[in-house]
Amino acid sequence: MISLAGRDILHSWGKFVFTGFGLGLLIGVTLTMAGVYRGMIDDAQVLLDNSGADLWVVQQDTQGPYAESSSIYDDIWRRVASYPGVAQAASVTYFTMQVRHGTRDVRALVTGIVTSELDAPGWPRFLIAGRQITKDHYEAVADVASGLQLGCVIQIRRNRYTVVGLTRRMVSSGGDPMIFIPLKDAQEAQFLKDNDAIIEQRHRTEASPVYNRPGVPGLLNAVISTQSTNPTVNAVLLRIKPGFNSHAITEQIQRWNRLQVFDRAGMEAILTGKLIATSAKQIGMFLVILAIVSAAIVAFIMYTLTLGKIREIAVLKLIGTRNRRIASMILQQAIGLGLIGFAVGKISSTLWAPIFPKYILLTPMDALYGLIAVMMICALASVLAIRAALRVDPAEAIGG
Amino acid sequence: MAHGIRIENLSKRYGTGDTAVDALKNVNMAVAPGAVVGLIGPSGSGKSTLLKCLGAVIKPTTGKMILGDDVIFDNDWKIKDLRALRRDKIGFVFQAPYLIPFLDVTDNIALLPMLAGVPNKEARARARALLEALDVASRARAMPAQLSGGEQQRVAIARGLINRPPVILADEPTAPLDSTRALAVIRILNDMAQRYQTAIIVVTHDEKIIPTFKRIYHIRDGVTYEEAGEGRAIL
Repeated sequence: MISLAGRDILHSWGKFVFTGFGLGLLIGVTLTMAGVYRGMIDDAQVLLDNSGADLWVVQQDTQGPYAESSSIYDDIWRRVASYPGVAQAASVTYFTMQVRHGTRDVRALVTGIVTSELDAPGWPRFLIAGRQITKDHYEAVADVASGLQLGCVIQIRRNRYTVVGLTRRMVSSGGDPMIFIPLKDAQEAQFLKDNDAIIEQRHRTEASPVYNRPGVPGLLNAVISTQSTNPTVNAVLLRIKPGFNSHAITEQIQRWNRLQVFDRAGMEAILTGKLIATSAKQIGMFLVILAIVSAAIVAFIMYTLTLGKIREIAVLKLIGTRNRRIASMILQQAIGLGLIGFAVGKISSTLWAPIFPKYILLTPMDALYGLIAVMMICALASVLAIRAALRVDPAEAIGG
Repeated sequence: MAHGIRIENLSKRYGTGDTAVDALKNVNMAVAPGAVVGLIGPSGSGKSTLLKCLGAVIKPTTGKMILGDDVIFDNDWKIKDLRALRRDKIGFVFQAPYLIPFLDVTDNIALLPMLAGVPNKEARARARALLEALDVASRARAMPAQLSGGEQQRVAIARGLINRPPVILADEPTAPLDSTRALAVIRILNDMAQRYQTAIIVVTHDEKIIPTFKRIYHIRDGVTYEEAGEGRAIL
């Protein structure tokens, strides 16, 4: 038996291909939205992977350092490094800011890392060019997504840094490129006030009778000194020795230091479950809307195509074609349209994904789910057209 | 005598009670195999209703229909699968050819036997033989849109004949054609009726072809009257 659907598609291939192309662009947008979501998840995981940490020690009752602000003293790393099973401990700071480069600025996650210990937790991994930071000040390693190149000079607050190394896929959970600078510089950039604010604060402190007491020499200077420095970091990253239980270490640190400790699973839950939850819901809503729009378009196209063939369908019925064959013809055409659309959508999303500013991760499984969804949507959308076709009276083929 | 189609006291009533309309009133008709008869009547006379009843598209109210040797209706359908009945026992030729636009000429004709389960190769061979008989074999691979009106109508006739039905119902088959082509179509129908021993009922208003029928059924207000036609030869 010949395929009526296939013949119809071949006969009016232009109509099907152009309609499929339009549908395909919509499917391409849908696949891209799914890719944006996957990219966000991947960004979050890459951030955790690249930190090189097994445990994150942060301020008590916070979910820092990525989802909430966290502030702990910068000497805590010494204390936690002494726990049995801890291989390495290093303080880090994270803050997102506009990093100036010449006349333009780049939004980046500026990360302060310890430079005194080779390959400490938090260090940038996988350099693609240049070297790691070797000096205690004014050197930076940047991700290529920032657009910076080796030798570029960037300005972070009041200091200038020379880019000595480049990384790839070192990004924040929001997709911003990371720029690594020495910890001391980062602390200063993150917490230190500007000159005017320091002078203003000194004046206020000197004017306060509480701090500027007659007969208590040195008090004012001591207060001003504490106000001028900030010995805090956002987190301490820990690497655990093989064979040690991270739960036991976590429990000990939390019990005796009044700090919060997250392991990899906990941090991943925060990043994917909380930090990008709203974005994920938004993308989910977009996907639902796009699915509904795609279904409506396919339904409308199939319905219109069917209405254009009412007389042929009446003739087919009159000459003995069974309803299931006519329904199958429409269903196959809808599926065919979906296949053309999916192919166009997959190709277009693959082509335009690299030029998106955010990382888009198109996975084979998402493509498979997308294909299944498109087929189901097309099958569902053809119901309206099938109903219209089945209602056609074969008597319509006979005049009068 | 074997009959192509015979109907006895066939009636069709639309609606019920005060709004009931008797579209057909005890219609009697018999068309022998190989005969071509005309069915003529003004608009609203019941022609289309009769054609739809004969074509098993609508159910008559009462009466009897015999197709070939089978009683297909006797106050109720005697055949369960009306689609198969239409496919295998009744050929249709319409006012416009209504060929399937996405099938070529051969497959338009071969579709019917394929629907009946005949293998594609055999169905196409039968279609090609008919195209030869109808002198359109050269257009076997053409699409319907590439054919002239006369060629399309010949293909439609071939489609009506492909399953060798005992009866062909032709609904104003010459309406869109000029005199020459209209007469050519009637000649073909006569030839085919003779060759395949098929009874052909031609519903028509066409003054050009009415003189060619040997027998004519007039229908008026749901009642048929039979008369001998001129049976004028078609040159």
